[in-house]
Amino acid sequence: MSTLIIKDLHVSVSTDEGMKEILRGVDLTINSGETHAIMGPNGSGKSTLAYSIAGHPKYTITSGSVTLDGQDVLDMTVDERAKAGLFLAMQYPVEVPGVSVSNFLRTAVTAIRGEAPKIRTWVGEVKEAMTALHMDPEFSERSVNEGFSGGEKKRHEILQMELLKPKIAILDETDSGLDVDALRTVSEGVNRVKENQDLGIMLITHYTRILRYINPDFVHVFAGGKIVEEGGPELAAKLEESGYAEYLPA
Amino acid sequence: MSLATTNYLTPTGREEAWRFTPLSRLAGLHDSSVELADRISLSARGVPAGARLEIKSSEEAPSLSATDDIVIERVRDVAHQVLVLTIEKNAEIGEPIFLLRKSEGQAPEASRVQIQAGAHSHATVVIENVGSAVLGEEIEINLEPGANLRFVTLQEWDNNAVHIGRHHAIVGKDATFTSYVITVGGSVVRILPTVEYSGPGSSADLYGLYFATDNQHLEHRIHVEHKIPNAKSRVNYKGALSGQSARTVWIGDVFIKATAEGTDTYELNRNLLLSDGARADSVPNLEIETGEIVGAGHASTTGRFDDEQLFYLQSRGIPAEEARRLVIRGFFAEIVAKLKIQSLEERIMNRIDTELEEAK
Repeated sequence: MSTLIIKDLHVSVSTDEGMKEILRGVDLTINSGETHAIMGPNGSGKSTLAYSIAGHPKYTITSGSVTLDGQDVLDMTVDERAKAGLFLAMQYPVEVPGVSVSNFLRTAVTAIRGEAPKIRTWVGEVKEAMTALHMDPEFSERSVNEGFSGGEKKRHEILQMELLKPKIAILDETDSGLDVDALRTVSEGVNRVKENQDLGIMLITHYTRILRYINPDFVHVFAGGKIVEEGGPELAAKLEESGYAEYLPA
Repeated sequence: MSLATTNYLTPTGREEAWRFTPLSRLAGLHDSSVELADRISLSARGVPAGARLEIKSSEEAPSLSATDDIVIERVRDVAHQVLVLTIEKNAEIGEPIFLLRKSEGQAPEASRVQIQAGAHSHATVVIENVGSAVLGEEIEINLEPGANLRFVTLQEWDNNAVHIGRHHAIVGKDATFTSYVITVGGSVVRILPTVEYSGPGSSADLYGLYFATDNQHLEHRIHVEHKIPNAKSRVNYKGALSGQSARTVWIGDVFIKATAEGTDTYELNRNLLLSDGARADSVPNLEIETGEIVGAGHASTTGRFDDEQLFYLQSRGIPAEEARRLVIRGFFAEIVAKLKIQSLEERIMNRIDTELEEAK
């Protein structure tokens, strides 16, 4: 059982006009096995929340705390956060030319597990995970994210999540740019990992579409850099109906 | 007869051809302030059947091409013996022919080499430059019709070496020339990989990799002259720089003369700056005198290390240093993988790791 606790988190970015506050006091607790949908309009700060927790250097934490099972996440380097059990599935996964998917996955798993996986079981493990995500085996010889379609990039993110076995995963707009088939495949992957690994999930999305495949336990409406309303799955249904207009400044 | 060694032709640094080169660090190669020895410091690790290695006089092995480079002219004046490697007609030589240069502790040297690739022969020649040296060098390579030659030079010099060289290929009808210039060592290395064609249907692929750290000036001046119709050229050089005083220069001159209809050419140079202060000059230059060509293009980019790549890899648990190593190995992988000589690929990748270690 793991718990991610975000308390009164304030985050700024530096712009040409000086520091600009994006997150204005976020409070959120995610336990193993729970799925929390973070929904909100564009520009509300959802991605900033995701990247701040993962430790992107662009964001400055001005106050508040983030802990995972009592450990101070904000005090960790980016790779230490991953080793502690956090995973961020990115909206725009980065291309790394010349580094093959297989080399990348092996290096990452070795770093997270603290030892190189045994070749024989590892090959099988990867193959099984790739098959489940409908990924071609030749995929592993391609350069990381280079020339991948939108759907391939997202499947590759979920593949990593499955192999790295995090405690808490943040899925940032994982549904964006996916057609219905890819959305279903990716969602099934997320549900499978959640089931098998008792994963806690922060699911960031603009649309309710993905919630037909991944059932949230909690829905949080995000606007103006903080959570402005919370509820159960019924809140998503309401958003589907009326959109975010009432949460936006008049 | 060349007047190369007379003082008034000594470059001043204002000439286009020398404006990037640190003349004061050339150990006298360019201004005849030191005497050059006429010596053959290359030796073969073994010469396979189908190949022949001989020393000829400069009368027996006259120059095959024109040059206006002052140091090369001087090399021609000084070197009266020429190392000639001949690949026999139709020879199929699978294993690379290694030529190792041993100049350690010797006086500055003028070196002339000729490689004759016979018609329809297949071979790979690897020249390894290691240790410490002051070297003026010309390697002329002639490909007879249908020949296929892969030509690899490794500049793995010690930090105080000075090396000025010209690798000139003459590519015959339907012949294929592929060169790999790997430059990681030396104080000043200035290499002129140049190509001309002597028959149609010929092609030249020029690949290069360089990694400069502090106190290194690594310069590659490519020149491809398309005068013959229906010839092809591809140039792809990649470099990384780390350290305040690391310098690299890449010049890519491609000329398509009016007679060279059907030319197909593309050249590319990418530089990765790993630290502040490092400087990479990249000057692609394409001159086209006929519109009747298949294609002609060039691209040049010089950029900093991409922090988003670093973040992505780190967010998967990979420590910063290892992530950096992965990205840089990946950057060079495209060139290294083309070598298709596994022992060399590993050797170069390991050397890149060492360079990174030293650059920290």
